[in-house]
Amino acid sequence: MSDIAANAPATGRSNSIWARRLIPDLATRRALIAITAALLVWQVGATSGSWLGTPLPIIGAAPAPDAVLTAWTKLLGDPGYWQSWVSSLLRVTLGFIAATAIGAPFGLALSSWSIFRGLAFPVFELLRPIPPLAWVPASIIFWPTQELSIAFVIFLGGFYTIVLNILGGADALDPRLIQSARSMGASRWTIFRRLILPGVLPSLGVGMETAIGVTWEVVVAAEMISGGSSGASASSGGGLGFFIWNSYVGGAYPNIVVGMISIGFAGYFSSALARWAMGRATPWLKRT
Amino acid sequence: MTTQGKANAPAKGEIVLRDVCKSYGPRRFATGVIRDCSFTAEANRFTVMIGPSGAGKSTLVRLIAGFEKPSSGQILIDGRPVAGPGRDRLVVFQETALFPWMSVEDNALFGPRARGESEASSGKLVDFLLGKVGLLAFRKHFPNQLSGGMQRRAELTRALVNNPDAMILDEPFRGLDAMMKKLMLEYYAKLSAEQPRTNLFVTTDIDEAIFLADRLLVMSHIPTQVRAIIEVDLPRPRRYNDLFHDDRANEIKMQALSILHEEAMKGFSGGSKAAGDFMEAYRRRVAAG
Repeated sequence: MSDIAANAPATGRSNSIWARRLIPDLATRRALIAITAALLVWQVGATSGSWLGTPLPIIGAAPAPDAVLTAWTKLLGDPGYWQSWVSSLLRVTLGFIAATAIGAPFGLALSSWSIFRGLAFPVFELLRPIPPLAWVPASIIFWPTQELSIAFVIFLGGFYTIVLNILGGADALDPRLIQSARSMGASRWTIFRRLILPGVLPSLGVGMETAIGVTWEVVVAAEMISGGSSGASASSGGGLGFFIWNSYVGGAYPNIVVGMISIGFAGYFSSALARWAMGRATPWLKRT
Repeated sequence: MTTQGKANAPAKGEIVLRDVCKSYGPRRFATGVIRDCSFTAEANRFTVMIGPSGAGKSTLVRLIAGFEKPSSGQILIDGRPVAGPGRDRLVVFQETALFPWMSVEDNALFGPRARGESEASSGKLVDFLLGKVGLLAFRKHFPNQLSGGMQRRAELTRALVNNPDAMILDEPFRGLDAMMKKLMLEYYAKLSAEQPRTNLFVTTDIDEAIFLADRLLVMSHIPTQVRAIIEVDLPRPRRYNDLFHDDRANEIKMQALSILHEEAMKGFSGGSKAAGDFMEAYRRRVAAG
């Protein structure tokens, strides 16, 4: 790909026949050109110190793409790097499951029982504006172990998102559907099981996709803060966030970028997995 | 006047309204939607309510179905007061209320399953009805994979499986193209002849109304009341295309239209004095010239 891209003009149109034959889709061609151009700018800018004499502002200080690539190939053989992946993935998975397992029933309860809603929702709404990361010091104080304190912060991130999405979905259910069901003699339990639960699935799906993104953000930051500040060892702290922070502290700057891109991939695949799973659970949403 | 099926069927599903009133809002600022509305939809007969848009007919439907309670007055089904929704009166709405996450088949079977009825017998009935409406090949489809007309047919099937005493249809064929509407009307008229039940049909289309009705209730503008009751004594079975070749049909149509026109004008000029003045001036000019 880089050969072709290197031969393509750096700006504008690639209407030449060979390009059109190779990559017929216009959108893909444009995307490839833009990405390649960005990589070139990055490479040139990052190495400006050497070929220009003085480094360009901001981009001159960045690690160059080739340095990043070299660092990454080296890290692929490093078990510590993969351990960071596993630690972060575990935290995200567990935090996400906890947020869904507690958030979904909580959201459904809020929508089903007005008394519960009147009591619980105001407290929920007062706590929600506090960013999960602001809870980190309090969390470290309250929870007995460091892992639990990180887990709590991660849980909060996903919890708010899922509750709000489920509540919105349940509130938006067409009341005529419920009315029709009642007319036909459905019990309250049947209505819940066969109307409300499937009805909120799409909203739950949206909530889960968003929550995974939020969870990743919180994981990375929580790992940086608690892993870095308390000087935790790789076994109790760790994770990709800690890896990034550690690389910064240790001066291995290309590793920072490796960590960033790794998290980007991990987040993307998590979201894609959630989206796929929800797509399987909601077959009626597919357009023919 | 009645067809062969009706003579032997038990007369069930009679709907009676007595001085029904419905208003919304706190007492002092209440908006009266329905005021002193009384009528009877006789058992096993086709009663059609026709009235201008926004005239509270849908509110009446909701009250009869039991989704809301009237502010005052009585609504009776077979002599019993309406206390809430029930399988004896099923509603087919203007916009589809099919369950989007269930297939056509599961939608149709929802009622029997919800009541714990045997799937063997209800399954056969669903097959039969789906066959009659031509949806057998689409039984596993989801509602959003069906066209508007197919959705309406599926919804009719879902209601009819439960064999309600009364069917309440609130502008169910609105928005369908002319061809589909005609087919649906003739289909439903035929079905009602074969399986008699009390039908209460709401529409704004006079042709539709006269085609279907045994009795036509012409409704007023808000606050809703019955302005006129017209017995539609046209012979059955009726053919939609030929209906208005008949003098009697046209007579009924003119009668209903003049009342509807009056009521619609009230709605039109009701809000604006300028519009009212215009209407008055136009009327005078027509009378003079």
